[in-house]
Amino acid sequence: MRNLLDRIKGGEVLICDGAMGTMLMTEGLKAGECPERINIENPKILESIARRYFEAGADIIEANTFGGSPLKLAQYSLEDDTEKINKIAVEAVRRIVGSKAYVAASCGPCGRILKPYGDTDPEEIFLGFKRQIQALIDAGIDMICVETMTDLAEATLAIKAVKSVSPSTPVAVTMTFDLTPNGFFTIMGNSIKEAAAGLDDAGADIIGSNCGNGIENMIRIAEEFKKYTSLPVLIQSNAGLPELEDGQIVYPETPEFMAEGCKKLLEIGVGIIGGCCGTTPEHITAFATAVNDFSNSQIDS
Amino acid sequence: METLRLLNEHLQKGDVEEVRKLTEQVIAEKQDTKKILDDGLIAGMTLIGQKFKAHEIFLPDVLLAARAMYAGLDLLKPLLISEGIPMIGKVVIGTVQGDLHDIGKSLVAIMLKGAGFEVIDLGRDVAPEKFLDTAKETGADVIGMSALLTTTMPVMKKVIDMAKEQSVRNDFKIIVGGAPLSEEYANEIGADAYCFDGVNAVDCVKSFLGVG
Repeated sequence: MRNLLDRIKGGEVLICDGAMGTMLMTEGLKAGECPERINIENPKILESIARRYFEAGADIIEANTFGGSPLKLAQYSLEDDTEKINKIAVEAVRRIVGSKAYVAASCGPCGRILKPYGDTDPEEIFLGFKRQIQALIDAGIDMICVETMTDLAEATLAIKAVKSVSPSTPVAVTMTFDLTPNGFFTIMGNSIKEAAAGLDDAGADIIGSNCGNGIENMIRIAEEFKKYTSLPVLIQSNAGLPELEDGQIVYPETPEFMAEGCKKLLEIGVGIIGGCCGTTPEHITAFATAVNDFSNSQIDS
Repeated sequence: METLRLLNEHLQKGDVEEVRKLTEQVIAEKQDTKKILDDGLIAGMTLIGQKFKAHEIFLPDVLLAARAMYAGLDLLKPLLISEGIPMIGKVVIGTVQGDLHDIGKSLVAIMLKGAGFEVIDLGRDVAPEKFLDTAKETGADVIGMSALLTTTMPVMKKVIDMAKEQSVRNDFKIIVGGAPLSEEYANEIGADAYCFDGVNAVDCVKSFLGVG
């Protein structure tokens, strides 16, 4: 399989998969259950979700390892199973895609706040990520997606952890921004400009945003990233923000609506497009069609 | 007066040392305890809440200011007790069972403390019985519940139903909050109010208790 970064740099736009958490809920993940516990208890579910995204046209499939840092797993007293939980998730996706798609590992926030605002030392967070990432590399992942980050300092520690274990493994880092009257900021106060510079400095290969916003805000976020970075940009939008309908949670943005937004992302020059909360294999199929149409129109002209 | 203004300003900057020093100073000057609380600590924390809400400042600023506020409040507490100055109300707060999210709930607790309420923070993953037992034991005025997951929202209803079964529903006001919630949902489950952020929660609890 060709190097992922070379493909993006060569002008190809890759499709990443959609949501995991909301898909697991439809598969029976219960209230407050650790989403990574499924890896141990029912890896067949992971295969089924991976298959659906692969068949939908995703080039990159993420493993169910978002909360796989031992610091986060400790909230469920599962930290001793860190290696097992991460390994099973990667292997489940690999069984489905073989070498026909990239297997990416997801690394979410460790759930602790760094000193001086919180009580956790940077070293503790770094070592937590390092342990998770070692397990992921050993299991043979193709890239790492550090995601849903709101603290540039934590994101930087995750990048350093990847580089310390496997300098050649591509690292994508996406952060989650809120729209304020002064523009987009993470809740910890990082602007897009600051994130772009900080993540690049720390050695990220791909940067961008996931979660927290629907496609319209994500288009604005992508535009801003492109202004401040020459690295490939990754955008994983929510299917809008959750709404309550007859007691059920629904995400309002349809595959068609989001695919229209994808066209704008493509014009802006985004390198990887995927989905976050509320997106489904149907959304990913629509995104893949939008990317194909765009590539064909580029060739035609 | 000048010292209280400084106290307020240093609290907003999150300067723990300075807040501690200034609180000691105003206590030594025998300034009115209630005034130190209101014009020094509460006033500073209220401004922090408003600025956070307006996105003028971010989470780190709030966490630092809260730490400074606690430093002042710890020194003031013995005086508040010995002088018999009541806190304006008592709130039991927590994130519901099955939900490990902490930050939103803690922000609401910070704002309530900063507004002069006594807050009993039960943390996260709090069982329905625990909310009710604690509220009954402490004679709380308000129960505040947070849920960040769509899957844990129904636990809020369980607590409210349990309060009805135990015939204690009217002993407390019940407020709920968290990203997936709405006013509609709060009404549906029989909560007294939906609070969309910490500042809103303070306003809400104040109006229930007829203060401020």
